[in-house]
Amino acid sequence: MAKIVGGVTTSHIPAIGNAMSKKLEQDPYWKRFFDGYEPVKAWLDEVKPDIAIVVYNDHGLNFFLNQIPTFALGCADHYENADEGWGLQTLASFEGDAQFSWHLVESLIRQDFDMAMCQEMLVDHGFITPMALMWRHLPKWPVKAIPLAVNTVQHPVASARRCYQLGKALRRAIESYPEDLKVVIFGTGGMSHQLQGERAGIIDVDFDLLCMEKIINDPEWLTQLSNTEIMEKAGTEGIETIMWLVMRGALHPNVKVVHKHYHAPISNTGAGVLVLENAEMTAA
Amino acid sequence: MVWQAHDYEQIPGTYVFDGKRSHSGYALNKMAYSFNQQVNRDEFARDMDAYCRKFGLSDEQREAVLAADFLKLLHLGGNIYYLAKIAIFHGLSVQDAGASFQKISTPEFQALLNQNAAGFEEKLTKTGGYWHG
Repeated sequence: MAKIVGGVTTSHIPAIGNAMSKKLEQDPYWKRFFDGYEPVKAWLDEVKPDIAIVVYNDHGLNFFLNQIPTFALGCADHYENADEGWGLQTLASFEGDAQFSWHLVESLIRQDFDMAMCQEMLVDHGFITPMALMWRHLPKWPVKAIPLAVNTVQHPVASARRCYQLGKALRRAIESYPEDLKVVIFGTGGMSHQLQGERAGIIDVDFDLLCMEKIINDPEWLTQLSNTEIMEKAGTEGIETIMWLVMRGALHPNVKVVHKHYHAPISNTGAGVLVLENAEMTAA
Repeated sequence: MVWQAHDYEQIPGTYVFDGKRSHSGYALNKMAYSFNQQVNRDEFARDMDAYCRKFGLSDEQREAVLAADFLKLLHLGGNIYYLAKIAIFHGLSVQDAGASFQKISTPEFQALLNQNAAGFEEKLTKTGGYWHG
């Protein structure tokens, strides 16, 4: 049976992609941020997942405002990155797993999560930045990847509660797949940032750190907040942090923290990293 | 026909991109989306005014695009991720646009970000369990 080996949270902002393209990992501005990913890479190297489900939002590459699905799942055997219009380096394509994707989408829809199904899906910086953060040191991507896109651009955006419930349904979907696959889930985006308006530039370290602790120990707390309450604290683009709840919902209620890292500012954002495993799995 | 009010409209200096904004900014954002293709970027760069007219922008939107007035473009329904695709033609990043919203320089905006994050490492120590290198 397929099993979830753990969950990771990470930023996905394009500035990180640019920094990696320019090999700025040792630059004083970036060093502490990138160094904090070394334990994540070591963990991935140890657990060796077969599949990464990347929960991210599209920022105007695959989905224009003519058609915005609230939740969409890639159901293809490969995914391409493409030009987003402002000079970010385009990365190598990603291998998918159509059979697994179609199983997931069937199971999710049976559980009342009416996913959009995408057999062609361009993946933007929200997807490729996490992949590059984890595996750019390897000659090819060591996992198959499945994009799970959550709309966080066009309001109304799904609630934190709904994202958490989607994660729970995703766990049941994954664990009902007969093939022995090791699955890691990336919850990407966030943390506090606002790119737009006179309020642009807010970073709320206290709220970010509270969210990190609550994601670990009390994710239900975050599900009680409305999107307006989250945006008041974390900024309009900080709403992306609700995508972490999809990852968290897919894990057991009790988790073991393998790694916890935070740095700010990274470009306009607070950047949080978690590696979580199911507590039951590690207790043995 | 009315646009419903929302509680997030009370957040100062903030333009939540909802149906009302998306509806009013549709042509503007659609033009920006076209810049994902190099051939369209080239056409826009040759004659920005004509390209805006081709996509049916309002006069106000077109003038704001040509003037790189990003706060105005937010007021007129621009979405920040789409405005980023326009900003590049003026040699500007999202961070430059962020500064322009507050009428400050980009170094001043970056200083603001640093100030907002100042002291985070002590907070990590206080919370406990964080990686410190």
